[in-house]
Order: sequence, then structure tokens, then C-alpha cells
Amino acid sequence: MTLMTKFMGAAAATALCAGAALAEPALIFDLGGKFDKSFNEAAFGGAQRWAEETGETFREIELQSEAQREQALRRFAEAGNNPIVMTGFAFGDVLSQVAPDYPDTDFAIIDMVVDQPNVRSVVFNEHEGSYLVGMMAAMASESNTVGFIGGMDIPLIRKFACGYAQGVKAANPDATVVANMTGTTPAAWNDPVKGSELTKAQISQGADVVYAAAGGTGVGVLQTAADEGILSIGVDSNQNHLHPGKVLTSMLKRVDNAVYQAFTDGPGMEKGFNVMGVANGGIGYAMDENNADLVSADMQAAVDDAAAKIADGSLQVHDYMSDDSCPALSF
Amino acid sequence: MDVMPKWAEVVLVPLISLLLAAILSALVILAIGEDPVAATKLMVEGAVGSVRGWGYTLYYATNFIFTGLAVAVAFHARLFNIGGEGQAMLGGLGVALALLFIPWPHWTIGLIAASLGAAVFGAFWAFIPAYLQAKRGSHIVITTIMFNFIASALLIYLLNEFLKPVGQADPSSARFAPHLDLPTLNSVLNGMGIKASKDDSVNVTFLIALASAFAVWVLMWRTRLGYEIRAFGHSESAAKYAGINPVRITVITMLISGGLAGLMGVNTVMGESEKLLLNSTEGAGFIGIAVALMGRSHPVGVVIAAILFGFLYQGGAELALWTSIPRELIVVIQALVILFTGALDNMVRMPLERMFLAARLRRAPGPERKPVEPAK
Repeated sequence: MTLMTKFMGAAAATALCAGAALAEPALIFDLGGKFDKSFNEAAFGGAQRWAEETGETFREIELQSEAQREQALRRFAEAGNNPIVMTGFAFGDVLSQVAPDYPDTDFAIIDMVVDQPNVRSVVFNEHEGSYLVGMMAAMASESNTVGFIGGMDIPLIRKFACGYAQGVKAANPDATVVANMTGTTPAAWNDPVKGSELTKAQISQGADVVYAAAGGTGVGVLQTAADEGILSIGVDSNQNHLHPGKVLTSMLKRVDNAVYQAFTDGPGMEKGFNVMGVANGGIGYAMDENNADLVSADMQAAVDDAAAKIADGSLQVHDYMSDDSCPALSF
Repeated sequence: MDVMPKWAEVVLVPLISLLLAAILSALVILAIGEDPVAATKLMVEGAVGSVRGWGYTLYYATNFIFTGLAVAVAFHARLFNIGGEGQAMLGGLGVALALLFIPWPHWTIGLIAASLGAAVFGAFWAFIPAYLQAKRGSHIVITTIMFNFIASALLIYLLNEFLKPVGQADPSSARFAPHLDLPTLNSVLNGMGIKASKDDSVNVTFLIALASAFAVWVLMWRTRLGYEIRAFGHSESAAKYAGINPVRITVITMLISGGLAGLMGVNTVMGESEKLLLNSTEGAGFIGIAVALMGRSHPVGVVIAAILFGFLYQGGAELALWTSIPRELIVVIQALVILFTGALDNMVRMPLERMFLAARLRRAPGPERKPVEPAK
């Protein structure tokens, strides 16, 4: 009975708020879920940062099914939420259908280009960042074999893998890249156990640096790499702190900044096509006290040099998605 | 034989199970500090309180009717087809292949072609496990579930290598021609001058689902084949003795089952997304098992259970939209319903049976009943 009263009290204290406040921004997470330790979580972090700084609130939803994409967009738009930010390329097609129906609502989509007057499209040059960490992997490797573990075999992940392989070959033309994908269902984005198994399999093939671009699966990759005494490379967020001294670096994809920026700009934000790359700081690699000892001065100089060349355009990294092919790696 | 009157069997047992699940769900919602009454109201209003809500509820229900019927048909032959997921994926592939490469002049003809494609591909995916079961004795539970993984691997390969337009980030096929869009409830209402939302939700496939349910009823209880399937399910040896060929029945039942699961692809691929997505089945194949269990493998029961699950899905979506109840908890609520209506069916049934038995004995004492003396 006392438990019951306690429950009742708690329930009364936090009554459901019905109806959204006007112009409250909204964030829609893709099927991977908010806490994937990677892409969606970075978006959440950006929104959270905005909420803390402004003291305002935002709406959010973690999708459970494909049919919910359209529903969530329309419901938020009709409830007056503005702007509406969504993470993931899978929204592209739906958004291009929905956006014209709500000309007064601003949308921002990350990882996809939607050509509508009320949409801001933010895309990242993941291949550039992957190229840089690939160079570091090749220079740190003693066995001349490095690994790549992707989530699902989709074009976006091939883009990561392709950039990485190009970086590896640029630093060491004789190096071998072992690439694996975790699975064939969306569960592959959150399967640390499988990530761990793949890491062990790659170690047995001689890999001594592995790069994980697999969402929550990467947690298992980094863990196993640390346990087995090899180096790993994190993705999206700075994951160096997960295993200090064991994570070589992290490929940074500042999704958080993109969300933060969209929320800060608010309704009436600038629309159009936003490319976030090495040149404008949207993509980079993480250096902090956790990996300072792992990165030698030579390595640092080489990578900084490459980053500068990418930024000024004198070094072009091939983008897998431009023609669905990769010069440095076959899938 | 029947301890309970039919109405108690059909209505009371599921209703009490649902009530128990609802009470437990309410406790769970309370425990995380949300208001269960408001949550219930939100779910009901969101799922059946508006045209949009009904649209999505029935859209999900359409999927579950197909997969529920698929499982139900196989159940009658005591075959446990848990490969509905993979069969539906292949069904979706069948739809996409039928619509992408042949320029159908009108959606009606496209719909017939897509349905055929879906059913044939779904049936094909069920055929291999069926054949292995019938001829080699490989257990159908194992083979069908393994075929789910093969299906998803096949789909990802085909989408990546052949069906995806070059340069597209999303591993999905190209969009079907716009005139192949199926008419939805919303578009029909808008056409009649009633203002409705523009969501692509329930579409004409729902009617195909209802027709399939009727066809399954006719097949099972009004045809010789249905009789053979049920006889085979009750006793394989007796069926064999009666001249029923077990290989034939196993294969035919699974073909029907797979075809029904495959038809789900018409709803998701042609009706909703209008292109083949990597993830268009979303576990509906597995929900079909719960739907068939709850519907006691009867088409009417399957349709009702499917609508209930559609309600849970759409209500769950509304909860996710407007509250901070995490989506994992919504899955918990859905799982509780499955647990109580499917797995714990006897927990409600047995006390009820005892109650009815006691009531009947009290009402009609009949000839004096004495406990039988143990034989000496």
C-alpha cells in the first residue's frame, strides 16, 4: 500500500503535459535510438547543450518504425514545433514529400540533401575524417595490417571505409586493410558482443589498429581492442576517454554542432545546403590527454599536413557515394 | 467436453488477459513516474480518436492480419512458421521487382501484379524450409528462423548492388511511378471533400487483408484441402492412414503460409513507403505469432487481435511523441500484452473453467454424484 501511495504521489507530481508550447524545437532520432553512444547520441548532446544554455525545452522522439517517420514529422509540424531537426539519411525521401505541406515550418536534416525551400540539409564529409584517422592507423600499426568494422553494409558506411582505406594506403602503400560489417539487420548498430568477436577475428588476421564505424557496436570493438592490447579508433563523438591510452584517436563528426546550430538559429534559420568537412571544422580527429602519448610528433605533423591539404582542396579524398566505387578497397 | 460456453471462451478469456496486462502496464508507467490514466487516454485518443489515428492503427493491423494468418494456417497443420519476417521481406522484394521494371498503366493492374509478386516470393521463401521439413525432417522452426537472416542478407546485397540508384545514401530502391500510389483512406476522404491529413497510412491493401482472412476461413473449414490440413495437424499418423500425403500437406500449407506473409509487402512497400526499404517488415513477422496465438488461429480472431496490436503500435507511437516515456517501455507494454494473451493463456483459462464448472454443477445438480470409491 505504501508503495502504491508513493507511486501515486510520483505520478501526480509529473503529470503529462499535453499540447506543445509554441515554437518549441523538435528532434527526431532515427531507428538506432537516442543512446547509441554515437550518431544519435551526439545529436541529443547538441540539443541538450542548447537546452542547458537557453533554459528552454525541446520535443524529441525515438522512432520505432518506418511508418512513424512521416507521422512524427507531420504531428510535430502541426503542433507548431519549429524548427524540426532529424538525424539520418532515411528521412530524406519522406521529408521531401512532407516539407512542401508545411511551408511555415523549418526543417533541418542531417546526413542527407533535401532540396526544398524550407529545409536545411547538413551533410558531413566523413571520408575526409576517415582518411585522416586511416593515416594515423597505418603509421601506428606495427604489423602493417589494420582493421575496419562497420555496422551494416550501407553506402554511408562504405564511405567511411573507403576514406579510411585511402588514408591507410597513403601513409603506407603496403598496408593491408581488413574490413568487416557487423550484420544485415538494424540490430547491427547495437551489438557490442558481435563487435567484440569481429575485433578478435581481425586481431587473428594480424590487425593491430581497428576503426569502428558501427554505432553502439563500436563500444564492444573498443573494449576488446583495449583488452587485447591493440589500438582502436572511435567514431562520431570523442571516444578517447572510454579507454585512456588505448584509443588512438576518434574520427569526429560534429553532429552535435549541427543540431545545436539549428536550434540556436531557430525558426527562420538559413536554409540550403551545408557541407561540414575538415575545412570548416565539422569533421576532424580527436586529440586530448588520453591519447597524447600514442600520437608521435611525426604522426601529428603528417596528419595536420594532410588536413591542411584537404582543407585547401589540394588533396581530394574519393567519396564512395559519388560513384559507388572505391579505389582503395573492394567490398 | 466444453466446460465453458463459447462466449466465455472467445470473449471473456482474452478480455481478462488484456485487463491483467493493462493493470501491470499501468503499474510500470507509475513506477517511472508518469500518469497511467493520462497515458491511456493519450493512447486511445491517438490510436482511435481521429481519422489519422485510425489510419495508422489499421495500417499496422493490415500487416499483422497477413502475418497472423500466415502463422495461423501453419498452426493448423502443427507447423510453427516463425519465418514470417523473412517471407514478408521477400514479399516486399517481389512487389518491388514487379513494380520497378514493368510500366503498369494503372495502380489496379499494378496492385494485382504486386500481390502476385509478393505472394510468389513469400511462398518461395517458405517452400525451401517446407521441403526440407517434409523430405528431410529438418525442423521447420530452425530452418524458418534461419531463413529470416538469409532474407535480410539477400535484401541488403540486392539493394546495395542492383536496386539502389547510384549515389543515393539510403540503401533503398528507386521510387515507384507516382500513378502506382495506392489510394489511402486519407486520399479517399480528401477526394470526397472531407478534410483529412495527407499521411500515407491505411490503404486499399487492408481490404485485401480482410479478403484473405475470409479466404483462409473458406479454405480451412469449407474445403477438402483445409480438412486435410487440420486432420494432418491433429494426428499425422491418422492422416497418413486416411490416405493424406504428409509431404504434400506440409509443402502446400507452408506455401499458403509464406504467400500470406509475403502479401504484407504490398502494404508496406507499395502502400506506405512506395519503394523497397531495407527495413520494411519491422518485426511484423514475429508479431504475427502473437496475433495468431491470441486469435486462436481463427481468421476472425486474427483480425481482431491484429487490430488490437495495431492499436498498441499506434498508441505507442503517440506515447513516444507526446510523453517522455522511453520507447523501450512502450515495447514492455506491448510485450506484456503478448505475454498475457499468448503465453499465459492458461493462467486465466483454468480458473475460469473451474468457475464455470462449479457454477454449472450448482445450477443443475442432476443425478446425485458421489465420489467414486477407490477399488478394493
